[in-house]
Amino acid sequence: MTTSLNRDANLVEDVGFAEPPPKLAHYTWLQSAWRELRRAPLTARFGLIVILLYILTALFAPLIAPYPETEIVGGAYEGWGKQFILGTDQLGRDMLSRLIYGARNTIGIAFVTTMLAFLLGGALGILASVLRGWVDEVLGRFVDVLMAIPQLIFALVLLSIVGTSVVNLVLIIAVLDSTRVFRLSRAVAVNVAVMDFVEAARLQGEKLGWIMSREILPNILPPLVAEFGLRFCFVFLTVSALSFLGVGMQPPTADWGSMVRENATLITYGDITPLLPAGAIALLTVAVNFVVDWFLHKTSGLRNEP
Amino acid sequence: MNLSKQAVDRRSSTPGALLEILGLRIEGQSDEAWHEIVKGVDLTLRRGEVLGLIGESGAGKSTIGLAAMGYARPGCRITAGSIRFDSVNLADVSEAERRKICGARIAYVAQSAAASFNPAHRIIDQYVEAPLQHGVMGKAEAKRTAVDLFRRLRLPDAEHIGFRYPHQVSGGQLQRAMTAMAMACRPDLIIFDEPTTALDVTTQIEVLAAIKDIVHQFNTAAIYITHDLAVVAQMADRVMVLRYGELVEEAPTGVMLTKPQHAYTKSLWAVRSLRKEEEEPGEGALLSVHGVNAGYRAAVKVLQDISIEVPRGRTVAVVGESGSGKSTLARVITGLLPPLKGQIVFDGKPLPPALKGRSKDMLRRLQMIYQSPDTALNPRRRVRDILGRPLQLHSGLTGKARERRIVELLEMIELDQHFIDRLPGELSGGQKQRICIARAVAVEPELIICDEVTSALDQIIAEGILKLLLRLQKELNVSYLYITHDLATVKAIADWIVVMRNGRIVQQGAKGQVLTPPHHPYTDLLLSSVPEMATGWLDNLMAERAARKAQGEQLLKSADQ
Amino acid sequence: MNAIVATVLKRLGLGVVTLFVVSIIISLAIEMLPGDFAKSMLGQAATPETVAALRKDIGLDRPLAVRYFDWISGVVRGDFGYSLAGAGSLGGSRRPVADLIKPRLANTLFLAAVTAIIAVPLALILGMLGALYRNSLFDRIVNVVTLTSISSPEFFVAYILMLFLAIKLPIFHSLANVSPDTPFFERLGRIALPSLTLVLVIIAHMMRMTRAAIINLLGSPYIEMARLKGISPARIIYHHALPNAWAPIANVIAINLAYLIVGVVVVEVVFTYPGIGQLMVDAVSKRDLPVVQGCALIFAGTYILLNLIADIVSIVTNPRLLHPR
Repeated sequence: MTTSLNRDANLVEDVGFAEPPPKLAHYTWLQSAWRELRRAPLTARFGLIVILLYILTALFAPLIAPYPETEIVGGAYEGWGKQFILGTDQLGRDMLSRLIYGARNTIGIAFVTTMLAFLLGGALGILASVLRGWVDEVLGRFVDVLMAIPQLIFALVLLSIVGTSVVNLVLIIAVLDSTRVFRLSRAVAVNVAVMDFVEAARLQGEKLGWIMSREILPNILPPLVAEFGLRFCFVFLTVSALSFLGVGMQPPTADWGSMVRENATLITYGDITPLLPAGAIALLTVAVNFVVDWFLHKTSGLRNEP
Repeated sequence: MNLSKQAVDRRSSTPGALLEILGLRIEGQSDEAWHEIVKGVDLTLRRGEVLGLIGESGAGKSTIGLAAMGYARPGCRITAGSIRFDSVNLADVSEAERRKICGARIAYVAQSAAASFNPAHRIIDQYVEAPLQHGVMGKAEAKRTAVDLFRRLRLPDAEHIGFRYPHQVSGGQLQRAMTAMAMACRPDLIIFDEPTTALDVTTQIEVLAAIKDIVHQFNTAAIYITHDLAVVAQMADRVMVLRYGELVEEAPTGVMLTKPQHAYTKSLWAVRSLRKEEEEPGEGALLSVHGVNAGYRAAVKVLQDISIEVPRGRTVAVVGESGSGKSTLARVITGLLPPLKGQIVFDGKPLPPALKGRSKDMLRRLQMIYQSPDTALNPRRRVRDILGRPLQLHSGLTGKARERRIVELLEMIELDQHFIDRLPGELSGGQKQRICIARAVAVEPELIICDEVTSALDQIIAEGILKLLLRLQKELNVSYLYITHDLATVKAIADWIVVMRNGRIVQQGAKGQVLTPPHHPYTDLLLSSVPEMATGWLDNLMAERAARKAQGEQLLKSADQ
Repeated sequence: MNAIVATVLKRLGLGVVTLFVVSIIISLAIEMLPGDFAKSMLGQAATPETVAALRKDIGLDRPLAVRYFDWISGVVRGDFGYSLAGAGSLGGSRRPVADLIKPRLANTLFLAAVTAIIAVPLALILGMLGALYRNSLFDRIVNVVTLTSISSPEFFVAYILMLFLAIKLPIFHSLANVSPDTPFFERLGRIALPSLTLVLVIIAHMMRMTRAAIINLLGSPYIEMARLKGISPARIIYHHALPNAWAPIANVIAINLAYLIVGVVVVEVVFTYPGIGQLMVDAVSKRDLPVVQGCALIFAGTYILLNLIADIVSIVTNPRLLHPR
């Protein structure tokens, strides 16, 4: 009767009483990624294609752009035509080339800034979740105060004091944005840090570094990746806004935000040229948001919708 | 619910049946694909009859219970079958029609009362809602009947308890309040979905007795869903055994207990028969706890004056209900919570109170296994890494030597060597717990603390784990400090029993001694509250307690009275 | 009731403390000024005396604590110091910062109020509808549209509206020039476009958040229990879901109102609306520090106040605090 249950746990299957074997996922990471892609909705696929195009444009800008970034090659505000596909700007530089180089500058800055914000905020967030106690309290209060000042305003204050340079811009926004990353990574890491396997690791004598990087981090990747996308969008929009206001990237660097400002007067003539860099910003942000939305939908419990 | 795709079962119905389900099929969604979780189940229920639905987790019992009301949770859909309630086919009928019946003629009692009550409204308001909505009675009358029901269900202060908010009332009381709420419209059928699973054993008794009484008084039909066989033996007239969404066996309770037919049913019944033999007390104490006080804040002492000894190669079981402090004891011994007073001696040498002060070798010799295998294993690491890391840390094994030792360990826990590449998500509950055991045993410890290691597992799997632990103890001469609330487990594997209550030790001694009377009153309460596999046990127990009370004996109350 | 009062007071105290700490940070930032700041502001032709005078004005010659205390005690009385514009010029008068800020602040608040009155109710209703009819065609379309809207930079939306509703089709004014004596209805007309821009952006954010909060609420076990009791859907929404929804919704509204005050900066610049955002941006490019400090303090104060209100709403509607054990 019960003797058949005594031996090998996996032999129990012979007797027909076993728990059914759970689904075995024998796909590599790449294979499962491809499977997911094929099932993705239209918006997500659109987003991914757009992102890819932008990345390629940013990487290969010097090869694609017909004219150099800052050279004056024509008269001011020339119309769209064969020579200058999208016309020229207020100094006579080719719009299309500046748009292409703008991709490299704007996206590059935003990406580096987001990476920095993540390294800082993410590491501190995981640290706070593991150590708790006074470290958590102090960091939490510090972040609360930093977040009490709206990001754009704070950036404006700091930039007015230290002056606008690319390095300042990147550092200031990275530090300010890291507060949000801290909040999120701490919140998700705390859920993992209370799990028994983390306590088991501590009891085995594992050091802090191991626990943070091998026990906690791999288990919080999905929300972190999604947040990276969202933070990138936010940083991207903030950098553009600051440039638009004149305190971000300075001329003659081609940057989409300042390009909008430089050509704003064209609007009054009914010309949509200033909308091009603005539209470029919007398109990338929309694309990233679509992809992040899909990613969140996949990895969170939202799929139980009838 | 997808009415258009649904196939209706047109077999002829049984006359006189209150509820008749024929050919029920339900699908559940996971990962964008639909799988069948209920595969063609038939169920008949007469007026006033109590049907027990038992099965292990995943058998589909809750899903069927909800389907009896014509309801499918988000993520589930009813694809086939008829659900005839008193000549109305709930599967066919419109949402508005179904709403008229739900709550009025069929009611549902959920597993977690705390989650099922709206925190923003008083209990009495939530009671009165259903009768008012269905036009069964007016507000004043409903409130009167509420007090009456609260009294019948033996809730304290029946007159005023309704004015409280759900969070102001304890778990067992809230569960009974939910039962009262279900009875508000005097339904013909109540579905009880594991109502006592989350409660302590001593509270469970009171709630079970209350439910049984009231169902009987009003001649209500009931479907009682549980995984606990002894409980179903007390409550049900007839029992249906479910497995993987299919019916395995069905019979009246008495027949089911004494003459089960199907091999699976028989194995369920046999599980509780495991019992360890008495052994000589072991040589020398491996671990001694002397007069330990501990707490999380200086003012609140969770443990008081605890003294325990664990001999080599033997098992000491620490039994208690929630709030007894048994889990805190484990944290004190492992160094996660240094004691406020007292000392712990390991192998003759005092143990540094905090984890930080202990050497690596010290950590190796004392290991711990956790209750829930789902949270005890890192879901992103393979078995090879989970078992290999302690080997690397403590024994310095790498490469092929390490691999060999891992395969050895897998053999020891009765798993095939191809499991070495799996992730925890690819293992069943029992297999995961075996890996946890292997992880603890890998570095050849001397004492393993087992914190409710079988409480989260189904009974057959749990039995397998217990047998494995016993075998390993013999082979490796390792001691266990076994923390549990389940007395059947204690009988199965303990040599020495420690009974705890509210942070103190109430009684301790050799197994045989503690389990035979005379007992400390609390031990008596605990032992007597464990349901046994005989119909009528509950009635006898209640009668006995009432008699003792009538004789003026002061009975210990469970914490939840 | 005592628990509630105590918690609210604690929270108020925390808000005040945060404001003070923020004010310290804002003035601490001055410490980051490069050494030759005064000189570079006045240019090469400045004499050492004017440089010294400017430094004295900004307060760079006094220790930080003294400077901070002076400033903050002034602020509490409504005196934000003097603008640097006109500093160093012979016989030039420097205007008090407070005088510069007051009318601008009034304009911005007006714009914010008009926007909020339109946007908040609309967003709440759309959010609730989205939650109730989730995954319907309506919901999916609205999801895509709002996602697009929150992804676009404000100046994009602003210029598109300006292009199509003011230039190509001259329905509205393209620039929102108002002065203190502009009559009320003409004001409304002039701020139509900036208001519309902000409305579009805010509605998108708020609607999404409301929808998410309500969906989360509707998944609660006690909602399922109410359904199983046969309670009508309408009653489930207003009697069961709504009382528990105040806290998350208040939170959403506060965050978005805070955004209004802040995000208004870009919109004011696009439409050259004389609000406090435009003032701050101008001050930043001229490095007029007292004005920058004053504006920053006001922005931060508003932000803190709004979050405070949201927290207090959630405290006051929390049944566990309203009725403790």
